[in-house]
Amino acid sequence: MNRNQSYHRGRIAVVCLLSCLLMLGLTGRLFFLMVFRSRHYSQMAEDLHQRERTIKAARGQILDRNGTVIATNRTVCTISVIHNQITDRDRVAQVLSEALGLSEEDVRKKVEKYSAREIVAVNVDKELGDKIRSYRLDGVKVDEDYKRYYPYGSLASKVLGFTGGDNQGIIGLEVMYESWLKGTNGLILTQADAAGVEIENAFEDRVEPSPGADLTISLDVNIQTYAQQAALKVMEEKGAKRVSVIVMNPRNGELLAMVNVPEFDLNSPFALNVEPEEGSAASKQDLLNQMWRNPSINDTYEPGSTFKVITAAAGLEAGVVNMEDTFSCPGFRIVEDRKIRCHKAGGHGSETFLQGAMNSCNPVFIDVGQRLGADRFYEYFARFGLLGKTGIDLPGEASTIMHKKENIGLVELATVSFGQSFQITPLQLITTASSIINGGNRVTPHFGIQAVSADKTSVHRFSYPVKEGIVSEETSSAMRYILEKVVSEGSGKKAYLPGYHIGGKTATSEKLPRSLKKYISSFMGFAPAENPQVIALITIDEPVGVYYGGTIAAPVIADLFENILPYLGIEAEEEETVSAFRFYG
Amino acid sequence: MSKNKKRSKRFYDYSLLFAIVFLTIFGLVMIYSASSYKAQLTYKGNGAYFMTRQGVIALGGFVIMLIVSKMDYHWYARFSGLAIVISWVLMIAVSLVGREVNGKKRWLGVGAASFQPTELVKITVIVAMAALITRIGKDVDRTAGMARAVFITIPLAGIVAANNLSSGIIIAGIGFVMMFVASRKKLIYAGCVALAGLTVAFAGPIGNFFMQLGLIKPYQMNRINVWLDPEAYPTTGGYQVLQGLYAIGSGGLFGKGLGESIQKLGFVPEAQNDMIFSIICEELGLFGAVSVILIFVFMIYRFMLIASNAPDLFGALIVVGVMAHIAIQVILNIAVVTNTIPNTGITLPFISYGGTSVLFLMIEMGMVLSVSNQIKLEK
Repeated sequence: MNRNQSYHRGRIAVVCLLSCLLMLGLTGRLFFLMVFRSRHYSQMAEDLHQRERTIKAARGQILDRNGTVIATNRTVCTISVIHNQITDRDRVAQVLSEALGLSEEDVRKKVEKYSAREIVAVNVDKELGDKIRSYRLDGVKVDEDYKRYYPYGSLASKVLGFTGGDNQGIIGLEVMYESWLKGTNGLILTQADAAGVEIENAFEDRVEPSPGADLTISLDVNIQTYAQQAALKVMEEKGAKRVSVIVMNPRNGELLAMVNVPEFDLNSPFALNVEPEEGSAASKQDLLNQMWRNPSINDTYEPGSTFKVITAAAGLEAGVVNMEDTFSCPGFRIVEDRKIRCHKAGGHGSETFLQGAMNSCNPVFIDVGQRLGADRFYEYFARFGLLGKTGIDLPGEASTIMHKKENIGLVELATVSFGQSFQITPLQLITTASSIINGGNRVTPHFGIQAVSADKTSVHRFSYPVKEGIVSEETSSAMRYILEKVVSEGSGKKAYLPGYHIGGKTATSEKLPRSLKKYISSFMGFAPAENPQVIALITIDEPVGVYYGGTIAAPVIADLFENILPYLGIEAEEEETVSAFRFYG
Repeated sequence: MSKNKKRSKRFYDYSLLFAIVFLTIFGLVMIYSASSYKAQLTYKGNGAYFMTRQGVIALGGFVIMLIVSKMDYHWYARFSGLAIVISWVLMIAVSLVGREVNGKKRWLGVGAASFQPTELVKITVIVAMAALITRIGKDVDRTAGMARAVFITIPLAGIVAANNLSSGIIIAGIGFVMMFVASRKKLIYAGCVALAGLTVAFAGPIGNFFMQLGLIKPYQMNRINVWLDPEAYPTTGGYQVLQGLYAIGSGGLFGKGLGESIQKLGFVPEAQNDMIFSIICEELGLFGAVSVILIFVFMIYRFMLIASNAPDLFGALIVVGVMAHIAIQVILNIAVVTNTIPNTGITLPFISYGGTSVLFLMIEMGMVLSVSNQIKLEK
């Protein structure tokens, strides 16, 4: 029966046909997978293979009002060694230690260490990096990177702020204008194998980074520099803890300078600018946070007598007092059961309102406050914008700490009248004073003026709200006249500058608790008195020895004005013509 | 007569020989492409490790094939009984002292030399069944004859299946096809095919039912679930299937080009082995994949021609057995890679990496060629 018969052949054909049909079915399945599902699976596979590497975008520069660059980027190099690629360990260790000024032992340790990549030095100058690259040492990698660089070091450190490791703003303008400055990082999309190792020569997708916009701010490097020097000088002379100076254009709120000494070095923001006190429990981070604080806007204080500007303006605006009203000062005023003293123990005797302002007489302002009454005073407080924040373009502005309206009794009213028992920021004070002397327009203090895109094609000008008519022009000009008198003949006469009409007000605030007998001496001055173009406020924190604002703070502003007024194009007048303006207003 | 016999020309299927050579060399190229990444990592930068090994064995196998093809196939039919005994011994040995790879005892070996006895079992079943069917003649359609065939095939398939389910299925399949060709009965075979088809078509519900009864284990049910929706199990069991589908899908019509596969870079497990077809799809596209299938179809067509023209039933059945072996393995492999059936480890003949497999395939091809060589051409 070993014959290959025809029915066998038939069956063999059936087997063959069935096999071919099954293969045809599988071909159909393949066709479905590779044509109709191709996009789906390719996409999923690509997602699996793709690795992203970012290309850092250059951060926008910060320029002062004259176009001077005050924050920029520097190309720095990171030097690292890759153990597996090093061929000559001795030479690598020797060359790197020589070039970078590191001990050969340390470098050798890193060269010998078996790791994927060991960083030898960071933030190396580009020139040095190029030099190291030129040696062409196997296994030595020189990677370029941007690092924020501040050419003026510590200038306006607490205003500008600095950036962190990812080039993101940490404090100050750097964080406030982050979205403008940062730009958009680019991307390199590469393919990687299952272990995540990039595949050489694989197709690369590249998205170019777009650099951030340049920010122009209202700060003037020259004014800032001069103000900083003046502040440092007085801080040293008076052994003060801190000195802050704010210089502002009262008409539009542009800040020309904001000094808070001691400043810190923006190029090494993580180095403390003072030795930590012995036995201090504060951690380094606390100390750094303290160092980075901008007391002009982050801290509040009792403004003291400089606040009398606001009380006077409210009284004049409400019509409860005029320049010729007479008051009498016995050296104190009794409000309810409290005896509130004037700073002059014997009293100023009989005086007009103008004289009272020139003398900075507490009883006069207590009386004005009492005439207004708590409700109306509070109303003006709110109308002048003192209850809210100024809206400055810096992060972390502190709010006003004020009594609740229903809690203001006569005693509270009396103390508020001469600037005590509540707290505001120095910036809030200077902004409110600006608004009173500029004709009654509440301005928003600010630094940011414009952002210009890197390719210069688009310019964005920042605008800030102005609230008009918080006091009448009459009140405003009366206040300018009173404050000029304070400087020319009253308690602020140390700020007098020949040839200039300077308005101003002194203050000496007792810090809380009063028992410590620590003071903040301050002076707020503006010029020219009849048409203010610049206003400045200095606060000297805890001066040692003489602490009267009129004695130690006013001369600093006089000195500052003497230098910056000509710089700002405000020329001194001849002595003889001065008297003609004395009766202005 | 004898003079005449000597003069009569003998056929030798050079088309099949060419297909074998082409597939083997193509397989070596694909093994190099699919495995060089892994080989470089594993064998200190020697990217050609797998290809060289496979090439040497294939070359040796090719020589053996040529020798076998010149032998009279009736001669080794005598050893079919011995082969069954050896198969049993080796299968028992491998179950007891076999090397465990990935939890399965499939390898028998001393030192560097090792081989998979299942490949020997396949060839044994082909020869033994051919011999048995020829011997029993018409008994093939009687219960006693069928029982004898089942007695040879099923226990061997069973012991193989214990550690290698897919090889067990292939062995049973070979026996089934050979019986089918020899038999005159229809219904019983059609019934078996229909049952198998229905099982695949309703694997989900059936699996669930068996699961309830406790007949299959959770990991086996998991394979069925993965098969039904691989994207739902990307990490738990669906990984291999899904990575294979990524490779196939990213091939598109013409593929990424030879050597350009990314999925072979550690994503597709066993890229040079069970899953090599997915790399072929990724690199050569639908075009390349269909070309490979067509070469296998051509091979099967040649088998059919040789089997139909074989001088006797014994020769025809040997060729049918080999045809069944190749066809089942190709179909199952592509079906697994394309997730047409649940995942089970099956290699693609001639192309997948595997020394034992290529050696025994070459012997089988030698047997087929020797049958072809017995065909007398008229005139």
